[in-house]
Amino acid sequence: MGTLLRVAWTNLSRDRVAQALTFLLPIIFFSIFATVFGRQGDPQTTRIRAAVVDEDQSDFSRRIIAALQKEAGLRVRTSADESAGPALDRAAAERLVRSGDVPVAIVIPNGLGASFGQGGASAPAISLLADPSDPVAPNMVGGLLQKVTMTAAPDLLMESGLRQFETYAGQLTPQQRAAVDAWLPRLKAQGSGTGGGVAGGAMPGVTVQVVDVMRASHQNGSLISFYAAGIGVMFLLFSSVGAAGGILLDEVDSGTFERLLSTNIGMSGILLSKWMFLALAGFAQLCVMFLWGRVAFGLPLFSHVPGFLVMTAMTTAAAAALALMLATIARSRAQLSGFSTILILTMSALGGSMFPRFLMSETMQRVGLVTFNAWALDGYLKVFWRDAPIWQLWPQAAVLIGLTVVFLSAARLLARKWEAV
Amino acid sequence: MSALTVANARKSFGKVTALEGASFELREGELLALLGPNGAGKTTLIRAVAGRVKLDGGEIRLFDRVLDGRHTPPEIGIVPQEVALYPLLTARENLAAFGGLHGLKGRELTKQVDWVLDQIGLADRANEPIKQFSGGMRRRLNIACGILHHPRVVLLDEPTVGVDPQSRDRIYDVLSALRSTGVSLLVTTHHLEEAEARCSRTVIIDHGKVIASGTLPELVDRTVGRHRMVTLRIDAPLTESASGKTNGIEVDEADPRLLRARLRDVALELPPLLDRIHRAGRSVEDVEVRGPSLQAVFIHLTGRELRE
Repeated sequence: MGTLLRVAWTNLSRDRVAQALTFLLPIIFFSIFATVFGRQGDPQTTRIRAAVVDEDQSDFSRRIIAALQKEAGLRVRTSADESAGPALDRAAAERLVRSGDVPVAIVIPNGLGASFGQGGASAPAISLLADPSDPVAPNMVGGLLQKVTMTAAPDLLMESGLRQFETYAGQLTPQQRAAVDAWLPRLKAQGSGTGGGVAGGAMPGVTVQVVDVMRASHQNGSLISFYAAGIGVMFLLFSSVGAAGGILLDEVDSGTFERLLSTNIGMSGILLSKWMFLALAGFAQLCVMFLWGRVAFGLPLFSHVPGFLVMTAMTTAAAAALALMLATIARSRAQLSGFSTILILTMSALGGSMFPRFLMSETMQRVGLVTFNAWALDGYLKVFWRDAPIWQLWPQAAVLIGLTVVFLSAARLLARKWEAV
Repeated sequence: MSALTVANARKSFGKVTALEGASFELREGELLALLGPNGAGKTTLIRAVAGRVKLDGGEIRLFDRVLDGRHTPPEIGIVPQEVALYPLLTARENLAAFGGLHGLKGRELTKQVDWVLDQIGLADRANEPIKQFSGGMRRRLNIACGILHHPRVVLLDEPTVGVDPQSRDRIYDVLSALRSTGVSLLVTTHHLEEAEARCSRTVIIDHGKVIASGTLPELVDRTVGRHRMVTLRIDAPLTESASGKTNGIEVDEADPRLLRARLRDVALELPPLLDRIHRAGRSVEDVEVRGPSLQAVFIHLTGRELRE
């Protein structure tokens, strides 16, 4: 027994891949998850992007916007362009939500200021135009809205309350009126502060109505497509790398690769044919997965066929090129399996295959963009969730094509080790 | 006429010198054995001819054309030591794949595949996945993939490793048939008796240099000489007094009834030897006469020291 333990320990101590999988991989994953969910205590990294439309143009609405802009948890924009430009209207704000630029837009309706504090069914509601792919943002913004409306204009709230009091209980005495008039400016000053002022506890707030600007009727199917893309891309990478190991490194080991090099095809021809095979196999794999999603879970595949085909072609091309590059880096199948597992799981965690990137901090979302998964998933999200026309996929397509070229070029350079020495 | 000429080939990998001025010639229609201990430079030489190793110096000529060392010329067929095939494909599919990659297509490809399947005796198993084949069958198919495209020179690296005598015979029959059509074959092997029996000439390489080449008689003349080793089994060990009468005879240390003698002319020298033994009071039970072998030449030239 002692002998077998010693042999096993010696094997482990000499196998760097096994060591990495045993000790390094858990640490990497712990760090990623801790960074993503722990958010490192930096409030700047947790801010929700929100667009604000001021249809009311009242003193009250301006005070709400000012208070929202001071909220640490929000990054507010009131124009189409983040820095300047004309003020947003409802349609422009909805476009921003639909395109994914912001997860939520706040529409302050006309007449809100005039009716504020009066309650009743006649008071117009603030609309929250929301993208339900991010379930956190509308709830957080709704809560913050309640807070700022109560704290941003306590004087207006008080005036409104007094008007109602006088209507039902009779006029204030001159002394009472004088005291109230002296108190109201102090209340207004409090409301202009940091948004942390005292609210009139039992006073009525505003009505907030959440509006799903995406296609609510297809919501379930679209969410399925989101998960299909996330899981599909991760397993596409695993299967591509596995296949690349099989068709490249196994052939090198068996001497078949050497034999191929003695034919007319040449190294570039061999690599291109392997890449094409990997891309086609990956394409078929994703098609099967989405078709299964359509059959079993009602995924809206057939209404998004052009976008799906474009994204799948780009994604599988890049995944195949990455797999080929990794295979040319590795010296053996075991080595490829070891480091590609670490790389793919890391990329999948950062790139949104394991959990949506919008749940990550802004920093992590930016970090995620270095991964292949993030661009692929953003593209699928545009197709299935945002109903984006094909031309709007150009950033994702450009990045994936660029990555394909880079990976293939790197694979060709690395494959020189197998050419004449 | 020379099909392949290697002149002063030199190649180093870092501090390791693999080839140090190796030179030899492969003639048209010849089956040439390239022998050498492990690490002698055989594989590097083969790979250099195949365009897979760039020489540091020297040159390789194929039908008087200097090779660039970067590409495998179409006139060359390569049979690697490994069974370099696709195991899930059938024999016919493997042949069609490699034939296609060598530029064969259509009817010519079909014709060549049928011809080579017949040559290697696998026509009746052509449509089976080769993972079901025995080692010998795979070896034969491995050779077939290297000769499918009408090469004029075929390089075979250990083509008979791990196969039974029947398959080995079949493989050499195929090579002989190729040779009869004018194809030149260069074979590396550690089966010296195979090289001795089947190859027209032998090149022996060691430490990156060709240390001998020629036909077996030529090599024998130049190395161990044309003596015969005669082994006699007698009825009882010689006594000390009798040993004096048998000068020139070695007594086997393990079995003193075995006597050995090196004779240059058996017809002339064997009768007196038998007479001396008879006069020493012993009778001869068995006689074995062996000529010099390639093994003896090889050991004479490369020594008995292990190389790895």
